[in-house]
Amino acid sequence: MDVKDIIKEENLVYGKTKLLTDNIMHYCPGCTHGVVHKVLAEVIDEMGIQEKTIGVAPVGCSVLAYNYIDIDWHEAAHGRAPALATAINRLYPDKYVFTYQGDGDLASIGTAEIIHACNRGENIVVIFINNGIYGMTGGQMAPTSILDMPTSTTPYGRKVELNGYPLKITDLIAQLPGTCYVTRQSGHTPAAVRKLKKAITKAFENVGKKKGTSFIEVVSTCNSGWKLSPVKANEWMVEHMFPFYPIGDFKDE
Amino acid sequence: MADYKLMKGNEAIAEAAIRCGCDAYFGYPITPQSEVLETLMARKPWDETGMIVLQAESEVAAINMVYGGAGCGKKVMTSSSSPGISLKQEGISYIAGAELPCLIVNVVRGGPGLGTIQPAQSDYFQSVKGGGHGDYRLIVLAPASVQEMYDFVNLGFELAFKYRNPALILSDGVIGQMMEKVQLGSYKPRLTNEEIVARYGSWATTGKTHDRPRNIITSLDLDPYRQEQFNLKLQKKYREIEEKEVRFEKIACDDAEYLLVAYGSASRICQKAVDLAREKGIKVGLLRPITLFPYPTKAIREMLGQVKGILAVEMSAGQMVEDVRLAVDGKVKVEHFGRMGGVIATPNEVVAALEEKIIKG
Repeated sequence: MDVKDIIKEENLVYGKTKLLTDNIMHYCPGCTHGVVHKVLAEVIDEMGIQEKTIGVAPVGCSVLAYNYIDIDWHEAAHGRAPALATAINRLYPDKYVFTYQGDGDLASIGTAEIIHACNRGENIVVIFINNGIYGMTGGQMAPTSILDMPTSTTPYGRKVELNGYPLKITDLIAQLPGTCYVTRQSGHTPAAVRKLKKAITKAFENVGKKKGTSFIEVVSTCNSGWKLSPVKANEWMVEHMFPFYPIGDFKDE
Repeated sequence: MADYKLMKGNEAIAEAAIRCGCDAYFGYPITPQSEVLETLMARKPWDETGMIVLQAESEVAAINMVYGGAGCGKKVMTSSSSPGISLKQEGISYIAGAELPCLIVNVVRGGPGLGTIQPAQSDYFQSVKGGGHGDYRLIVLAPASVQEMYDFVNLGFELAFKYRNPALILSDGVIGQMMEKVQLGSYKPRLTNEEIVARYGSWATTGKTHDRPRNIITSLDLDPYRQEQFNLKLQKKYREIEEKEVRFEKIACDDAEYLLVAYGSASRICQKAVDLAREKGIKVGLLRPITLFPYPTKAIREMLGQVKGILAVEMSAGQMVEDVRLAVDGKVKVEHFGRMGGVIATPNEVVAALEEKIIKG
């Protein structure tokens, strides 16, 4: 039997969700953004909420997220996505509003906006990509860069004396009574992707139930910024990031 | 019977917002404009019209809430005073760059820095020449009474939606805090979500339906040639606004040999100064710009054959006077008179400055 005889519609076990556009992604090979975009698009598609979902994209590598998922989008100023999402959620309480933010966006320049949106319990989903580095601008230190991690602005590694400590923002967020679901996931293995999808699904379901803010951190790789191959980057993440940013739920109410 | 009420300028802003069908107000307390947020919170418009009022964590967050609300086709606004308006500049630039309608109110206080809580007109450049980064303009309305504070809320929204451009009410601590009689308008209903889809569905993020491509609110375009084309489109819009939306008022100008140019509260002082000067036999008129962008350049030019000199009166070191000079182009003498730091000039000081700087000088 020729391989072409097997590739038939009825034999397909997997297909790309129609919510992912055909635009060629600008993300580097191995980047976690691609995985999270795919899972996010699948969840919106499977829940049948495309017409009710409004995304807010950040400044950073995922500034162009709106090119890849076929829903209505806002592109926010750096760090301000939760403020936009607050207004959209208040003005359209029946929509599913989410922000998609990186660590520089959410945990550095946008700390006030994320803390207060979560503290008000805005009925939104926050997807927080933590790769410990500024990818878009060329690999500078992020608030979440771990100690001794080399970046282009910490070429000898992050040092407490010079740069202070890495910020565990998700631990802070979990303390806020406005949040109903706070979890830290990853996307580096098929099992991790399945768990991530469960988490994102739960978060969007929480919006439907008007439970408050659902916050999902995704510990991610940036192989270009980290100067590692995709495989090595995953290994480095498991070895160095996971001990400091352990995977698991903080809160599920 | 008409509905009259004695109100502060700031209260009039709040009342007008509710009555003109505003969907949401996002603000942060700052003197001398806090009564806008306080009045709205006390009025509870969410019970009456469904309007949302939210105290944001900062002026930065408030303007970005406006950005979000405006992007989904809603009629949204914010207000603040000078230091807070400085913080909003980033958001205002994004809103202008994304071509969204909204209303911003600045109840100006003296600066720079924390400055003072007393009134000033020292934010003219920031309001009229850009303020934030990039080549953009706001539609700028300058109320000179509490009635105009009320009326310009609706006018500001109308112009903002007509041109899909942010509009700014440039007021100051005098107009914001003083009380005057206001004729209130009738209630205009807020648009329903269905009406918003029908009117603004081609650009607003109301949820992507199968019958249209996804709507994206953004000011980003990494292709320089497309970005240049977009900038040209913006400039074309601003030229159209300059052509169609200039508003001004002329007082005692018919026989005037000298001209005062002043906006907002300074124009109220100048009105009295015109009376005082005329009692002394000085034939002076007042031209009051109501729109600061677009500026009444032509109206000033048309006075050139008639007047011997022009005094621009502002509560600043001399900002609007530059636009008067651009209009006049050296053809008659133009001088500036102003007080700063929250000090309000008296009508007598204006007359004295006119005599000293224009008539004698």
